[in-house]
Amino acid sequence: MKILGSEITPYKIYLNRRKFIKGSLASAMLATFTSSAFANHDSDLSIYTKNLNENDKLNSYKEITTYNNFYEFGTHKKHPHLNSGNFKPRPWTIKIDGLVKKPQTFDLEKILSNVTIEDRVYRLRCVEAWSMVIPWQGFQLSELIKIAEPLSSAKYVQFVTVFRPEEMPGQQKRTIIWPYREGLRMDEAMNPLTILATGLYGHEIPNQNGAPIRLVVPWKYGFKSIKSIVEIRFLDTQPETSWETLAPWEYGFYANVNPNVNHPRWSQGTERRIGEFKRRETLMFNGYEEEVAHLYKDLDLTKFY
Amino acid sequence: MFSTKNFNRSKPVLFILILFPSLLWAFQFVTGNLGVNPIEKLMDELGLMALRLIIITLMITTLSNIKSIKSIVVLRRMIGLFAFYYVCLHFSTYIVLDHFLDMQFIIQDIIKRPFITFGFISFLFLVPLASTSTNNMIKRLGFKLWKKIHYLIYPVAILASMHFYVLVRADKTEPVIYMGIIILLLLHRIFKRLTRPQLAQ
Repeated sequence: MKILGSEITPYKIYLNRRKFIKGSLASAMLATFTSSAFANHDSDLSIYTKNLNENDKLNSYKEITTYNNFYEFGTHKKHPHLNSGNFKPRPWTIKIDGLVKKPQTFDLEKILSNVTIEDRVYRLRCVEAWSMVIPWQGFQLSELIKIAEPLSSAKYVQFVTVFRPEEMPGQQKRTIIWPYREGLRMDEAMNPLTILATGLYGHEIPNQNGAPIRLVVPWKYGFKSIKSIVEIRFLDTQPETSWETLAPWEYGFYANVNPNVNHPRWSQGTERRIGEFKRRETLMFNGYEEEVAHLYKDLDLTKFY
Repeated sequence: MFSTKNFNRSKPVLFILILFPSLLWAFQFVTGNLGVNPIEKLMDELGLMALRLIIITLMITTLSNIKSIKSIVVLRRMIGLFAFYYVCLHFSTYIVLDHFLDMQFIIQDIIKRPFITFGFISFLFLVPLASTSTNNMIKRLGFKLWKKIHYLIYPVAILASMHFYVLVRADKTEPVIYMGIIILLLLHRIFKRLTRPQLAQ
């Protein structure tokens, strides 16, 4: 499965596209423009489709934004779309602490002005055995890690979602222990496939998809790709993660997409691609084997699921 | 006081009311109005409807202990058969639409996944109930044996609610409510037996 190279729009093209938008949109909108990802997808959908694998088709904006697992807004798939209207993704800061040279809180705008925004078309495979193909805009997590300057003792990265029960009605109920937490091993975090997404289909990422900034780790089940991140912590031990804490016999820290290791309650061998009638075979590492298999060559994936 | 006649008269209306959702979902499915993941949605709606109807049949038996609405029991057969109807649709959606008749996969799924095992056994137990639902069958089997067969509704209800409970990933409020209702209804039956042993003889 080829992903890199061809799937990345060079920053130059991205900038050009931004110039085009700036020239063509109303000035009122311009005032709200930030350096976050905002490309004009309607004018040229081929930006995304040319990056597709031959077996994949892009899911529609509607599919991607009305069928979500984001329990902060409720446990049904339609809840995030329906209940996220009051969420305010700006202004936004991200606290970086733990094993770093200097713990600090960054303004999101400041981070965005120091990174390269790219287009990435990724398959997303949910642990519930459905999947989508999504055109994200974002930047490599490794870029932020460079800015954060972790100490050499840092072996893991932990991410924390914002806790705002007044804006996120799902958090008023203790379905899981809030705030949502996720984590990656340092080498996973540094992998070029791992991105922080700020855009979707050339729009600012909608609230229900994890505004204003979320993780996307395409070879892992969707729940690893934590949304609305407010804190990134560097640690020397494996951090606790939300689903693993809730049901360790069902969800592991690694959560790599793996058709050979079933969820105790259902098979992971096949998946329903949203928009398709027949199920398809689930691919090892969600089809990103070439890029990430080496990270796990010494790991028993049936034990470290 | 509601007579048997009152309840019998409500049957056509009830029939249409309970049938209607299945027609609506089928229509929405065919016209592509059942959301982004229509097969999952269809399966969930059908299953939930079936579970609710199973619980209603249990409730009817309990309600028929109240003198003034004793005759409500005449509705039980129809609702029970509708529960079976929805379970059949739910199960065929799983087999045909969800897994496209991949029998090898389905058999594996039934054996290996507890929640599917629960659901499948629940379906199997409903078959003798539905097939002995006619007056003629009651006559042929004798009321005592017929009644014994129909005690299967208890494991059916428990397994069906467990099937739902295990399926939910977080926030199990709804399945817990259903399980609670089922347990209350069963406790009421046990309580009745224990407190009135003379009458039972």
